[in-house]
Amino acid sequence: MLSVTDLGCARGGCQILAGIDFQLQAGEVLAVLGTNGAGKSTLLATLSGELAYPQGTVQLAGRPLASWPASERARRLAVLPQSSSLAFAFSVAEVVLLGRLPHATGYEEDQRIVAEVMQATDIGHLHQRSYLALSGGERQRVHLARVLAQIWEAAEPACLLLDEPTASLDLAHQRLILQQAREIARRGNAVLLVLHDLNLAARYADRLLLLDRGGVSALGTPWEVLQADRIQRVFGVDVQVARHPQLDCPLIIS
Amino acid sequence: MGALMRFHKATLALLCLLLLLAFLLSLGLGAVSVAPMETLAALGHTLGLVSLPTDNQLIIEQIRLPRALMGLLVGTTLALTGAVMQGLFRNPLADPSLIGVSSGAALGAALVIVLGGWWLADMPEALLPYATVIGAFGGGVVTTLLVYRLGQTGQGTSVASMLLAGIAIAAISGALIGLLGYLADDRMLRTLTFWNMGSLGSATYPRVIALGLCCALLCWRLPRQARALNALLLGESEARHLGIEVERVKRELILLTALGVGACVAVAGLIGFVGLVVPHLVRLMLGVDHRRVLPGSLLLGGSLLLFADVVARLVIAPAELPIGILTALLGAPFFLILLLRTQRRSI
Repeated sequence: MLSVTDLGCARGGCQILAGIDFQLQAGEVLAVLGTNGAGKSTLLATLSGELAYPQGTVQLAGRPLASWPASERARRLAVLPQSSSLAFAFSVAEVVLLGRLPHATGYEEDQRIVAEVMQATDIGHLHQRSYLALSGGERQRVHLARVLAQIWEAAEPACLLLDEPTASLDLAHQRLILQQAREIARRGNAVLLVLHDLNLAARYADRLLLLDRGGVSALGTPWEVLQADRIQRVFGVDVQVARHPQLDCPLIIS
Repeated sequence: MGALMRFHKATLALLCLLLLLAFLLSLGLGAVSVAPMETLAALGHTLGLVSLPTDNQLIIEQIRLPRALMGLLVGTTLALTGAVMQGLFRNPLADPSLIGVSSGAALGAALVIVLGGWWLADMPEALLPYATVIGAFGGGVVTTLLVYRLGQTGQGTSVASMLLAGIAIAAISGALIGLLGYLADDRMLRTLTFWNMGSLGSATYPRVIALGLCCALLCWRLPRQARALNALLLGESEARHLGIEVERVKRELILLTALGVGACVAVAGLIGFVGLVVPHLVRLMLGVDHRRVLPGSLLLGGSLLLFADVVARLVIAPAELPIGILTALLGAPFFLILLLRTQRRSI
């Protein structure tokens, strides 16, 4: 879906990313990990075409990202930013409906999809509420629903980029959202998400990409990436890696 | 959902009726009152539907009709540009005057009023109003392009820098207009003052036609960008991710706003706060979606300015109040209330 070759990025004379290589396959969930300032958000910005002149190439479905027409790209690539500023009193349903903007599927279809994604992100009960009256976690789920609406039942496999989708969510909703990410991938789409919680990443991602000071420290399955000495090297924290008692994934105990 | 849509449609229909009422009132009321039936008959005669002219035919046809049409067009254009600017700047307090277009247009017109007397000394008196129109329009466009250039960064247009540039340009324009006041003779000074306060008193058919063309262009192009404006409310990068060609849309919206505001300032002087108050009221009635805010502002803007003009003509009849004073008296407190409310919310 997304193929990244020798990607680099410099901002203000400072090299933020260098030599990033990876492939994001359809049907997989890839979690990007790293310390604050490791370049996670910059990576997402280059992948979403937000930064004008990156080094290296990013290809979406075999075609350079920059050569996609804007509306066509929006049907194949949806992006959830870390935070959104919306100062107008849209209703929740209206915000979610904005995700249907790149599509011309008609009123009935749009309404059905909006109802489905609101169900999937547990905001159905907020339907007619004003966006401005919501809490931080609710707002985050509204934007997530909007991004899901953008690629829900897409005609062709799409790519979903999520920047810290669980940042302000409670435990139950973190789980719900990551299960949704898995479900989106199961339907043949590719999901890349930035996470801070190593255990959530280990549990829900197929592969992990560990960034360290702008470069790739490790890329592979959770068992390959999450090793105690590597975590010590990158995060500077002593941890123990155990096996999750019920699931076959690593469990980080710090 | 269906009930809500019916409510929106009913509201828009009511706004249409309100506009019609405002238009007829504006034709009938003034220093001389004309009865509603006679007003309609006179209007019919103008359109060639009624064969006999009425007693007050001349008043309706030559004075009130161009004035009412101009009020309608100015109100419509100012409200539309206000709604668009608020969307573009993602700030419900934004107003076309904020990015300096009004001030730039005012400077252009003032330059023509004061200096034009020397440069264009040989120009026939009758052509001078058109020179003012062109001056204001030119000032508006030049300022907008300047503010736009100043606001541009490597990653697109920075809204904050544009707003700041607008403030600086407003200050420069204000200072230069003040300086021009010292150069002006008495007659020019009076023109300048009256024009600075805003008035529909100078309505003529050629001006109505010129403004009408600009307004028609706005009414044709702006609603096509309603969805893009909705997406822009989320933020520029979010709009880009939703497939909006943000830079192109912004460029078009900025140029159209400059055109609309410049034309309004040129024909009617500085009439403030219409672009702020009207979209706000419309959002309270119809919600935030620009597919409803734009037509709603268009209708309510025209009505509001026509009502204001009727009041301006009646309060001290047979003299009249400059309409800019009236809109500022009503609009400025409204702005302060909004400001207070926004502040309280952010605390």
